[in-house]
Amino acid sequence: MIGEFGQFTLILALILALLLSVLPMVGAWRGHDRLMASASSLALGVFVFTAAAFATLAWGFLQNDFTIQYVAAHSNLLLPWYYRLSGVWGGHEGSLLLWVLMLGAWMTAVVALSGSLGKQFRARVLAVMGMVAVGFLSFTLLTSNPFERLLPGPPDGNDLNPLLQDPGMIFHPPLLYMGYVGFAVAFAFAIAGLIGGKVERQWVRWAKPWTLAAWGFLTGGIALGSWWAYYELGWGGWWFWDPVENASFMPWLVGAALIHSQAVTEKRGAFPAWTVLLSIAAFSLSLLGTFLVRSGVLTSVHAFATDPERGLFILGFLVVVVGGSLLLYALRAPRIMTGEGFATLSRESALLMNNVFLAVAAAMVLIGTLYPLIVDFLGWGQVSVGPPYFSAMFILLMTPIVLLMPLGPMSRWQNDEFKRTMQPLLWALIGSVLGALVICALLGVWNLRAVTGWIGGLWVMLGAVAFFMRQRRQSRHGLTRGQLGMTLAHFGVGVFVIGVAMVESSTFERDLRFEPGQIVDAAGYQFRLEQVVTVKGPNWSAEEAQITVMKNGEELLLMKPQKRRYYRSGQVMSQIALQPGFTHDLYVAMGEPLGNSGAWAMRIHVKPFIRWIWGGAVLMLIGGFTAATDRRFWQAQSAEDAAIDAGRVTASSPTRALPA
Amino acid sequence: MTPTRKRRAIFVGILVLGISAAAAVGIVSMNQNMMFFISPSDVQAQEFSPDRQFRLGGLVVDGSVKHSQDDLQVEFAVTDGAAEVPIVFEGILPDLFREGQGIIAHGFLRNGRFEANEVLAKHDENYMPPEVKRALEKQNHYYGEEG
Repeated sequence: MIGEFGQFTLILALILALLLSVLPMVGAWRGHDRLMASASSLALGVFVFTAAAFATLAWGFLQNDFTIQYVAAHSNLLLPWYYRLSGVWGGHEGSLLLWVLMLGAWMTAVVALSGSLGKQFRARVLAVMGMVAVGFLSFTLLTSNPFERLLPGPPDGNDLNPLLQDPGMIFHPPLLYMGYVGFAVAFAFAIAGLIGGKVERQWVRWAKPWTLAAWGFLTGGIALGSWWAYYELGWGGWWFWDPVENASFMPWLVGAALIHSQAVTEKRGAFPAWTVLLSIAAFSLSLLGTFLVRSGVLTSVHAFATDPERGLFILGFLVVVVGGSLLLYALRAPRIMTGEGFATLSRESALLMNNVFLAVAAAMVLIGTLYPLIVDFLGWGQVSVGPPYFSAMFILLMTPIVLLMPLGPMSRWQNDEFKRTMQPLLWALIGSVLGALVICALLGVWNLRAVTGWIGGLWVMLGAVAFFMRQRRQSRHGLTRGQLGMTLAHFGVGVFVIGVAMVESSTFERDLRFEPGQIVDAAGYQFRLEQVVTVKGPNWSAEEAQITVMKNGEELLLMKPQKRRYYRSGQVMSQIALQPGFTHDLYVAMGEPLGNSGAWAMRIHVKPFIRWIWGGAVLMLIGGFTAATDRRFWQAQSAEDAAIDAGRVTASSPTRALPA
Repeated sequence: MTPTRKRRAIFVGILVLGISAAAAVGIVSMNQNMMFFISPSDVQAQEFSPDRQFRLGGLVVDGSVKHSQDDLQVEFAVTDGAAEVPIVFEGILPDLFREGQGIIAHGFLRNGRFEANEVLAKHDENYMPPEVKRALEKQNHYYGEEG
């Protein structure tokens, strides 16, 4: 019964979503207050009924209800309760349900926090989100129903893929989806603005915290996925340019560009059309990501559903969303306001450069990801584009971003001089070069990539510090939340750059045949294999290697990598041993047994500064969330803004020359 | 042209130049890093350049896996039902590498054998890399979901 209840609530949610996408829109068009007001309760209804469906499925998992096919496929009796719960989004159907649930949560947040929005605008925003919900709910119900029955139910379920039996996997999909779906809010704002016929600074300002929050979630989701891949896959890498990683990275890049272009549009009125386009692009890329992952067109770890019907449905949905919004854009674009001009050296220019490079980077990732699909589709053969392509493109495109990043916040709107911008950064420039040389000397790494990485990273970090100090000195109220968030996020980029440069340039890596008693030297450490023993877990048994790590003859710690075999599926999986550290990680993974002498193939890595990669991402995430709470975004339109919108205040007014 | 226009034209010019340069580097780098997928039958049917990296996929032939006793070298063969290609690889094989399993290897085709620098097996028992699946289907060697 419980499964049918879930199905029923899901259908109710779809009906409410259909009403939500029509009624408020009609209300806004006809000026009908009651219809417009219905948006809030309808949006809440969609959320509540989706949540009920989700809870039902979760209950099915916790109760081991194997008559539900999806539960039987992704859970079994041996699984601890928290992995049974995360099994809800361990497969295709459930993750779609999660997607819709997130959308419902974002809609509810818009209902709760958008009191200052005009009622017409608010009705349109919620209606657009309702349309997205209709698309995904019908997708779920028509092609991937999670409540499908399996009668009679089997006594025990299939295993959840052991790779997904991990704490990181509990949180990775929800965070990622919060980010993906969060861009639906910025998208809805842009579409609602286009329908209304005007792009106003005010709605860009309203959209900004939502974009920041979505981007923050996406940052967290991507970082968590990277961290999970690092310790779970046993290859020692943190990013593989796997198509599915790319699928989440493209909206991230466009989202980062959108945040910066929103800042210009919101404060100066410039690039309004570009901001609208980016809002559409960020969400479309999120949908594309879903399509790529769910359609099974990709060779990937993540592509667990290979069903052409589903792919076709998402592709159709994607075409409707992208085509529809671009058509609307083409019709309305001539009416979009035009911004004020600016000089070559100004903050607008700096942010324009930021946008150009981020957008080109996203395009490069898109080309590299889609090219194999297009070639295959045309029947030219099956190709893949290797990671070196992406790495080369990235170094090329990120270098200017790193160089310009400290200059952006220091420069003035509209017009500035290079000398004036550079002056407070002079010590940061000198400091980063000297600091990099000293640090590289201390670490004893002298390759070009490490040194340039330290210079670039320190330059960005010190640049953020310089901005922070100048702002505290000059402004009576200190930094706004927006500025604080920006400083944190930029600082995080610097930390990230250093992490990447060190890992990519100076990792110690060795795959070797390891015999008990043997000692291996690795980057100043000695590893000694003591023995390999058999151990047992709740639903697996394993061979466990015990390795003593020494430095200068002194025993430091015991590392215990495992080779697990899961009972239910018989799947074999390496569990790495990891000793994390601020400046380097020790990493050991087991390969296979070699011969009868007790020797094993093993992988020993010493990874310098790899924590800084995720540390930087965490700082960016915190920065994004901090900036989202800036009071400015949540206030009703001020008189001054209204005046600027009406074109009565000229840009030369001195109060606006400083960052507001 | 007014000074502002002129400056803006220069600015746009630099931008266009920069993007074109990036695109050019992108295309070159893409061409260098593109790997074609080949099946064992393809290897038998035609000659391939020894200097180009390929992706070779197929099922690991039963009984073909030989580990060296002294180092990490391993030899095995893959098949698509019609032809077999021997592969040599030095390193750690993925967890799901097994005889009869579908795998993909990256590497160079030299003197009739495939010198792999990377071997991939996917992370699910029932998973078959799509390219391998298609190559097998071409040789009528693929039955249902099982690898």
